[in-house]
Amino acid sequence: MSDVLFFIAAIAAVAGAIAVVTLRNPFYAVLALVCHLVSLAALFLLLRAEFVAAAQVVVYAGAVMVLYIFVVAYVGGGEEIGSGNALRIIGPVFAVALAVELCIALLGSALSGIDSQGAPYKLGFGTPEHIGKLFLTDYLFVFEVASLLLLVAAVGAIVLARRRRGLEDEDPALRRLIAEPRPAYTGTIAEGAGVRKVLQALEEAHGGIIALGFSPEEEHETVPAGADSANDESAGSDGGEA
Amino acid sequence: MTLGWYLAVSAIIFSIGVAGVLVRRNPLVILLCLELMLNAGNLALVTFARMHGGEAGQIFALIVMVVAACEVTVGLGLIVAISRRNLPVDVDKLHELNG
Repeated sequence: MSDVLFFIAAIAAVAGAIAVVTLRNPFYAVLALVCHLVSLAALFLLLRAEFVAAAQVVVYAGAVMVLYIFVVAYVGGGEEIGSGNALRIIGPVFAVALAVELCIALLGSALSGIDSQGAPYKLGFGTPEHIGKLFLTDYLFVFEVASLLLLVAAVGAIVLARRRRGLEDEDPALRRLIAEPRPAYTGTIAEGAGVRKVLQALEEAHGGIIALGFSPEEEHETVPAGADSANDESAGSDGGEA
Repeated sequence: MTLGWYLAVSAIIFSIGVAGVLVRRNPLVILLCLELMLNAGNLALVTFARMHGGEAGQIFALIVMVVAACEVTVGLGLIVAISRRNLPVDVDKLHELNG
């Protein structure tokens, strides 16, 4: 029974991998990769790795593939496979040579376990309970580093994919305002209501930003005592209108 | 099935991934082929965990999954940035590093 399951899963995995490489439309390639990942999860189950199989289906075939499909839909487009590239002939030849070499290296390695069905295992081998216990005891540092790595990757992806030229087409008055040193009691919420209104509020408070003549150390003392209340009122009314 | 079969499947999947990275020019498909190679490594790790009878290999496979997810996130962010700048989504034409 497990032999039959192994052959079905292995053939599906290899076929999915070949389809990923050969299909021209990236959308179909992503779907083929989903097929590949699910059959690989079946192989993991045959190797008594229940939690890894579940994580494979949930994380990979679920979340990561949705991300891929979104980006394929955003970028779009099939691909023209150009000919005349020497790599297109050398690549598959090299891959076949690599497969032969890896098989020789792995199967001829005289590992005692290669011809066995696997070592005897305790009850509960590979269950979420055991894996979770190991992650929180023996491999706690690895676990924390992995979470930090995920955080760094999330921030990095946002930084990479954000719009960089947001300010170029904006109002030049806003850019001048951002370049100015900011007096106390003004904030980005007030600026969000509109440049003109912030300028107006500053005008009412202490005669405009240009007239103030800031220097960095007296930035906080330049605002008169009654100015913040006037500023707050105007900002509040601005918010109401916006 | 003996465990050698699993290792052979892992080697074959890894080689298919290598061929894809060499042949394809769409960076999206190249990322998919990188996934194939990482998954082949995962299969080998889980096989060795089964061979050894310990769970360290499965922990390793899970960490590889985390690293693969990070790589996909950053790679897809790069591809979105490329297509947003109206550059060609083709690794043969993207041979200059200066932006």
